[in-house]
Amino acid sequence: MGHGAGGRLTRSLVKDLFLPLFSNPALEVLSDAAVLPAWPGGRPALTTDAFVVEPLEFPGGDLGRLAVCGTVNDLSVSGARPLWLTLALVLEEGAEMNLVRRCAESAAEAAREAGVQIVAGDTKVVPKGRGDRIYAVTAGLGSVPAGRDWGDHRVAAGDALLVTGPVGDHGATIMACRHGMAGEALRSDVAPLNGLVEALAASGAPVRALHDPTRGGVLVTCHEVAERAGVRIVLDEEALPVRGEVRAVCDLLGLHPLSSPCEGRALVFVEGGSEELALSALRSHPCGAGAARIGHVEAVRTGASPVAVRTVSGEERPLDLLSGAELPRIC
Amino acid sequence: MCLAIPMRLVEKDGWEGTVELNGVRRSVSLMLLEDAEVGDHVLIHAGYAIGKVDEEEARLTLEGLERIAASLESEGP
Amino acid sequence: MEEAGFRDPRAVAALLRAAKAEAATLRRPLVLMEVCGTHTHAIAEAGLRGKLAPEIRLVSGPGCPVCVTPVGYLDRAEALSRQRNAVLCTFGDLFRVPSSTGSLERLKAEGGDVRVVYSPRDALRVAAENPGREVVFLAVGFETTAPTIAAALEEAEGEGLSNFMILPGNKTVPMPLRVLAEDPELRLDGFLLPGHVSVITGSEAFSFLARDYGIPSAVVGFTPTDVLAGVRDLAAQRSAGRAGVSNLYGRAVTPQGNGAARAAMDRVFRRDASDWRGLGSIPDSGLALRESLVHRDASRLAVDVPAPEEPAGCLCGEVLKGAVDPPACPLFGKACTPDLPVGACMVSSEGTCAAYYRHERWRASGGVA
Repeated sequence: MGHGAGGRLTRSLVKDLFLPLFSNPALEVLSDAAVLPAWPGGRPALTTDAFVVEPLEFPGGDLGRLAVCGTVNDLSVSGARPLWLTLALVLEEGAEMNLVRRCAESAAEAAREAGVQIVAGDTKVVPKGRGDRIYAVTAGLGSVPAGRDWGDHRVAAGDALLVTGPVGDHGATIMACRHGMAGEALRSDVAPLNGLVEALAASGAPVRALHDPTRGGVLVTCHEVAERAGVRIVLDEEALPVRGEVRAVCDLLGLHPLSSPCEGRALVFVEGGSEELALSALRSHPCGAGAARIGHVEAVRTGASPVAVRTVSGEERPLDLLSGAELPRIC
Repeated sequence: MCLAIPMRLVEKDGWEGTVELNGVRRSVSLMLLEDAEVGDHVLIHAGYAIGKVDEEEARLTLEGLERIAASLESEGP
Repeated sequence: MEEAGFRDPRAVAALLRAAKAEAATLRRPLVLMEVCGTHTHAIAEAGLRGKLAPEIRLVSGPGCPVCVTPVGYLDRAEALSRQRNAVLCTFGDLFRVPSSTGSLERLKAEGGDVRVVYSPRDALRVAAENPGREVVFLAVGFETTAPTIAAALEEAEGEGLSNFMILPGNKTVPMPLRVLAEDPELRLDGFLLPGHVSVITGSEAFSFLARDYGIPSAVVGFTPTDVLAGVRDLAAQRSAGRAGVSNLYGRAVTPQGNGAARAAMDRVFRRDASDWRGLGSIPDSGLALRESLVHRDASRLAVDVPAPEEPAGCLCGEVLKGAVDPPACPLFGKACTPDLPVGACMVSSEGTCAAYYRHERWRASGGVA
């Protein structure tokens, strides 16, 4: 498969696969760069990401969907309206072309769902390593509307923490695939969040910051916010939405739903007192049906862990970061 | 050293079985628990059924806990 | 995933009160040891150690099979990969444990073929898919796990999977309990016994604790109410001057245990002395492969293994005996943390030091959580 060597073969992959799928005027020129239509206003936001997933296809999605949604969501939680994406695929020699096609189709479908355009693409073939892998690298450009200022610098004691739906679905689904488990309702939550986020913004709820809890799940994200914002975050164990299937997979493998990645959820920090307004906006959008308030923000206290969980019995338990990725255990 | 989860045996074919919990299924080996029957709740460890969960005992234990909890309330602080 | 009733906070509070009241009659702290990593974890999560003090002192013993696995075992596993290009299959628990020079995680990052599996059967599949390679399963764990490995070995025999081997490292629980019961320094009042090991061995396998040492014991499950019911029972036994084995996990444990599982173990393994990190060599405490399975014994394969190096200053040994608490180790929280572990007690999420670091150092420092 000499597709990445440039010249005719790359052109054919882009022309025959990417072009029909991602069709848009900027891409169709097939030049060295995508010259975009005029800038719609607002401040530009730019993100880049690399995607590796094993297995490449899983219930609820695949690498292509993951790449587009991940990029769209990074922009969206930063306050930007996602506009244009680039998508580069690195293929190990021997990668199955039908699989590449399916991933590209998923990427196109996800882009349509999100209302974004994939305006530039590239492919490269590298010598075969271990297994027939496909990797995706993206960049995403969006626009932050004037007056919108979301970020950890705004998070403060008294804020409420919401999540837009049940946690851990993606991570549990991936681990289930790797370790021989399946369930009809067990699927990744991978989805574009921009529609939901704009609905939240339109509600007027005073949003402080949003994050998508991908690698490391809700736990890592909370630790990062606590550190950057200089606050303490307390989660409410009883309020945490976890689907039964996800809990079963986690229990079986010795994992924790709070550490399991989500690919279609946002953590939302809002000003205390505005939870109902925010939740109402989230729940009236199809992607936010399971939204819930899961905790609050406090001032830092000496000797108290930066992230803790209030248990069913009303006590607080520290929630330390787990070291590295979680692995299935017997013990 | 004891991560074993109770799951329900929903299929059995010789020494191979399928267990289920909250809609999640996994195939497991019944080599260590040959007399497990479909419908039993079994403890799953490292992909094997290692023992049965006695539902009656579980119920008795829970009832005992209920009584203890109630006794605390009647005793007061 | 047990029913919420087993975690009922009212029952937890009631059992706590009852246990402490029972122990108070002794007029000295009751010293109880748990010997199961999953118990260490459950106790730390529920904050029971702090709540049971001062009437009851809960000590953590050598209950984590990963923590008691000597460094030399991992060194040998790495050598099998580097020198013989063997495929290593391991439970996730061993992946980050420090060896003399690195870890399995580091070996994999450097290109070694290390695969984390959930079940020994997954390793059988790896062997079937890689007929030209030696596939070595790192066999650790106590009696809960050993039968599953025995079953996998018998399956390999049945299918003629000649490239499937194990590096024997399984250990059994009763013998180290004797060592601990005989230790004059420890003076234990009772043992909380591992619930799932007991599913296999049966609760009667531990009757020697009462018979030979006059020490009460209780087989318990893993929810807070299970553990506290055990603590209360031990306090009651001690204050009444009794000693027996109480089976408080009747929904899973019987006096006789799982005979088929033990039979599989007996067909495949023989008891041998084995090295326990921190406790030294204990007779009859390890499971070696029988002669009939010598062809599946990776410990017989020729490799150069360096002399093992225990890290200087590491007090895992004392911690594992329950002789000291983690903060007494000079490395704890400084050179040795879950992110950069020096000793096995910190690496394993069930290890005493890891559990302490995650849950108890906040309390110890005066924090609320």
